[in-house]
Amino acid sequence: MQDNYILRIKDLSIDFQTTAGIVHAIRGVDIDLERGETMAIVGESGSGKSVTAKAIMGILSNNATVRSGVVEFHMDNETSETVVDLLKMDKKEIRQNINGKQIAMVFQDPMTSLNPLMTIGKQIMEGVLWHYDYTKEAAYNRALELLELVGITDAKKRMKSYPHQLSGGMRQRVVIAIALACNPNLLICDEPTTALDVTIQAKILELIKDIQEKTGISVIYITHDLGVVAKVADKVNVMYAGKIVEKGNIDEIFYEPKHPYTWALLSAMPDLNTNDERLYALPGTPPNLLQEIKGDAFAPRNEYALKIDKRLEPPMFKVSDTHFAATWLLHPKAPKIAMPEALQNKIQRMREGA
Amino acid sequence: MAQYITKRVVMAIVTIFIILLMLFIMLRFMPGSPFNDEKLNDTQIEQLNEKYGLNKPIQVQFFNYVINVMKGDFGVSYSISKDSDISVMLNTRVKVSFRIGGQAVLLGAIIGLLLGIAAALNHNTFADTLCTVISVLGVSLPSYVFGLALAYFVGFKAGWLPLLYDEKQTFLSSVMPTIALCMFTVATVARFTRSEMLEVLGSEYMLLAESKGIYGPKLIYRHALRNALIPILTVLAPLVVDLMIGSLVIEKIFAIPGIGSLMVTAIQSNDYNVTIAIAFIYSAMYIFLMLIVDILYGIIDPRIRLSNKE
Repeated sequence: MQDNYILRIKDLSIDFQTTAGIVHAIRGVDIDLERGETMAIVGESGSGKSVTAKAIMGILSNNATVRSGVVEFHMDNETSETVVDLLKMDKKEIRQNINGKQIAMVFQDPMTSLNPLMTIGKQIMEGVLWHYDYTKEAAYNRALELLELVGITDAKKRMKSYPHQLSGGMRQRVVIAIALACNPNLLICDEPTTALDVTIQAKILELIKDIQEKTGISVIYITHDLGVVAKVADKVNVMYAGKIVEKGNIDEIFYEPKHPYTWALLSAMPDLNTNDERLYALPGTPPNLLQEIKGDAFAPRNEYALKIDKRLEPPMFKVSDTHFAATWLLHPKAPKIAMPEALQNKIQRMREGA
Repeated sequence: MAQYITKRVVMAIVTIFIILLMLFIMLRFMPGSPFNDEKLNDTQIEQLNEKYGLNKPIQVQFFNYVINVMKGDFGVSYSISKDSDISVMLNTRVKVSFRIGGQAVLLGAIIGLLLGIAAALNHNTFADTLCTVISVLGVSLPSYVFGLALAYFVGFKAGWLPLLYDEKQTFLSSVMPTIALCMFTVATVARFTRSEMLEVLGSEYMLLAESKGIYGPKLIYRHALRNALIPILTVLAPLVVDLMIGSLVIEKIFAIPGIGSLMVTAIQSNDYNVTIAIAFIYSAMYIFLMLIVDILYGIIDPRIRLSNKE
């Protein structure tokens, strides 16, 4: 093993052909994920988080075109390790070699992500029966084992249930069991708790964390919820308008954020330990990606925007070996602007609480 | 499941009984009688009514009729073909109509399904547009247009197939009417299959199946088609009945001795028994098919099957 990376995305750009024109959904994304690591991709709706995940899985819709980039994946077989570019593989190759076996995905809404006409037992068994020469019996036992792993009691009875007979939280557990069926090395969770009750959310997050400790699997969380990020992630990528605007370790993003967008996201997080009556809300809406974006995509909503933001897109500035942010505020010649005072206080409280 | 089916069967029987009653009453209230013949004088008509029991109170007539129907006896014809047994009269005609209609439905459903699936899988490409064009043509052009075109080009000009129905070549004679009749089914089934498949293909469980690594025919059959099937079945069932019972126009074009034309003659000449018998076959088939469809729903979709359990 030369390095410890499992996934490296370089300069990924994806366009969507729509009736209104071409949407530049992803505009040059770089992501590195190490083995066993948990990474979160955070951003508003439409920032391109899910598209990135679908590109990795090879399940982009037909109107998507990859304009540039590589998605290097370190395939780990028992004997050898090979690096493949997922974007260069055709659909059949990805389905045969990657999906399920190497990379698996948990979808946002467990109400719609299970086939309503198949028993959950069959849906869990399907993957191993498809990829490996399991006998029906072996697959059945594997499915039972998985159901127990994801904390479903009465597994034998549940094997015969249909999705509509289970609650949302149970269904998401089943979806996780399906994802884990073929022992993948990377699990992508696309907003796994968004559609669930708050009480169930914590349990599902704990479950994924637990499984990660047991299996050493790498996990990518896609979410708009910084509360989720704080609970699970080692590293965070903040995404805005199809670009990563800030990336760093969890502590760096939560305690020393540099990008005004990250400031806004953190400020908008509800906080019970304050007397402030109002919750901060980020003004405006994300830019229309149908149009070519000039300068910094966040500039129109950014109260700290500099003149240069309107003309030139900021590059990634290095803050530390692990912490990068794409804002002109980090340029040596930029005026010294500190994060808003309310946020400083909030971070202070978070530090004390942690 | 057994309980679900029993419930549906009981409902079907009750419905058939009610339909029979309504048919009976409505026909008796139609103007005229089977014996509207100037050559008959009042006493003769009186005698005829007496002979067929038409002078008895309507409830008695209905009671007798139902008893006879249960024995499989639909009575005799009053005027079209005097005193001949309706069961015998219909026997050959029903066979011809059912055969042509059945073939048309089978052919139409298979081609329609394949077309619809092909269109959905190649969404927004040439194949998709072609399927849409065929659907629009099939739905908007009446079947006799296809019938006449086939009769002219294939039957008359080329002479490949018998132009008119020939008792000695029943299969060859049934080819052209079958094709003419199936066009509407092809178009309707293709249209529904396409839109249902598109909806299913865009669903999250398809993404989940794909992210498991499933692809190819298994993905389409196991995950997509089964989920698209229920609405398709719903539109197909009435089409089956429409085609099996025979189309008057197509029967006229190809000179087919089917039940469509007999029905029209029977209504015109107030031949009660013939009319009721045909209408009864029509509704009984409809109800029987709906029953089959209901049972199929239950087999395909566990949500329907299990919701009836409690």
